[in-house]
Amino acid sequence: MTKPVIVSIRGLTRSFGDVRAVAGVDLDIFEGEFITLLGPSGSGKTTVLRMIAGFEKPDSGSIVLGGKDVSQLPPYDRDVNTVFQDYALFPHMNVISNIEYGLRVKGVDKSSRHSRAMQALKQVRLEGYETRKPAQLSGGQRQRVALARALVNRPSVLLLDEPLGALDLKLREQMQIELKELQREVGITFIFVTHDQEEALTMSDRIAVFNHGRIEQLGTPREIYENPQSLFVSEFVGQTNKIEIEGRKVNIRPEFISVAKTARFGDCSIQGTLRDAIFVGAVTRYLIDTTLGSTMISTNPTEDISIGESVTLSWDKKKEFLVQ
Amino acid sequence: MTISTRARYALMALMGVGLAFIYIPLSVVVINSFNASKTFSWPPSSLTTLWWSKAVDNTGVREALKWSLFAGLVATFIALLLGTTLAFAVSRYSFFGREVISLLVVLPISLPGVVTGIALNNAFTKQLGMSTGLLTVVIGHATFCIVIVYNNAIARLRRMGTSLQEASMDLGANGITTFRLITLPNLASALFAGGLLAFGLSFDEIVVTTFTAGPGIQTLPIWIYNNLFRPNQAPIVNVVAATLVVLSIIPIYLSQRLSQDSTSGGRF
Repeated sequence: MTKPVIVSIRGLTRSFGDVRAVAGVDLDIFEGEFITLLGPSGSGKTTVLRMIAGFEKPDSGSIVLGGKDVSQLPPYDRDVNTVFQDYALFPHMNVISNIEYGLRVKGVDKSSRHSRAMQALKQVRLEGYETRKPAQLSGGQRQRVALARALVNRPSVLLLDEPLGALDLKLREQMQIELKELQREVGITFIFVTHDQEEALTMSDRIAVFNHGRIEQLGTPREIYENPQSLFVSEFVGQTNKIEIEGRKVNIRPEFISVAKTARFGDCSIQGTLRDAIFVGAVTRYLIDTTLGSTMISTNPTEDISIGESVTLSWDKKKEFLVQ
Repeated sequence: MTISTRARYALMALMGVGLAFIYIPLSVVVINSFNASKTFSWPPSSLTTLWWSKAVDNTGVREALKWSLFAGLVATFIALLLGTTLAFAVSRYSFFGREVISLLVVLPISLPGVVTGIALNNAFTKQLGMSTGLLTVVIGHATFCIVIVYNNAIARLRRMGTSLQEASMDLGANGITTFRLITLPNLASALFAGGLLAFGLSFDEIVVTTFTAGPGIQTLPIWIYNNLFRPNQAPIVNVVAATLVVLSIIPIYLSQRLSQDSTSGGRF
């Protein structure tokens, strides 16, 4: 990437009591990118986001936003806006007043803030809902209002704190695509926090995988998935088979392992017995007890096999990855 | 929950008995305030509004009503200020001894009124060298009014959480603007309900008032108590009692309605 850096984080730490929530984070975020902070709960990703927003002060380290160190500034003096996990819509205001709020407190005059709010409402496809109260909206609609309320201020960075967590699966998948399209359309940097690896892979330009208050790996979704740099990343993002073969300790993803009765499709192979086949919709997960004593998972059968039959597992050596 | 028909009738009958115990004597008071007989022969042979017009003309009653209203309003006002401030401090900041303060604020409502009354009287007259009067009544009433406002405010603040304030600051509003545009509007119905309830309590309070009022001040309940056993005042006492019942019920009914509205309509 050759884009300019919009957020530069150096040596960021934050503790809550005895718990080190953020234990030294360095991260450069580029202008206009969609970056995801991915990690399990308690990994520090949300705390980093809250420090960028200004809701938490760092114990040490700096956050430079657009060339200015903002780490000690209050939230209202930072050019960022947040979409909250619970949306945090103002319950006593209708939709349009919610969206206008940021412009109103900044003293934008009534007519221009109204037209900008209407435009934002259109951007999230909620025209006609301007006089509804938040309580009269569905979860997905509240989500859109929260987005419009943040975007109408045209911040240089938009922070999203697990914004899709409360939605059902169908709506979540739809919103993932919409969010990504919206981000391209407005060209604002999105910093997205989630614990859902699939969501992260779907939407992001880059992913920072968090664990124990640090970034374990930073890279494109493809880099993270195909070339995880640590055991934690390989297990947190996607499924993996850990095996020890020919003296090598390696990992291989289930979709790269072919299952056949005898045929080999690759330069590595191992014998086993099909223990179970679990249908999970788009794929079927085959559990195979191998002659090494371990159980391996494959999602790539090449012929009909029944449970209890002997099978050959095979894969290309170049699809293996090594981890510490 | 499903209960058998018989159990349901039994429960309803019990409830009826319970309500009857409370409300029949109260309605007798109200009806007697219109009873034409000076000795309250029951059932009333004829009805009159004579006692009501006498009560209105009675300067003692008018003075007492004035003091009751004044004490109730001022005590409620003080309670709103202090109770809300305390609720903010306890719910928004963590500090040493927070739980103790929370308990100490709520405690006065469970203390016997006679103890609070004697303690306050002692403090006012002996330690502070004040003479009892309107000011001491107001302070006395404020001690339990604060609890009501505090409880209502802190329940609402806890339910509101901090994310609305964060959202407001995130959108560019400073602390004062956030309080004015976001916190206060969302707190208002809880404060109004608390204020009404506090006023209702203050209006019919007698025990603490007895010890803090001194000889010069008579609130309505005190006036009733002082005139209860004077035979020629009895009809007017009934009128005052009926007024007291009605004026106490209205704020409590309103405050309950308000609390219900905000729990069903204020989903975040």
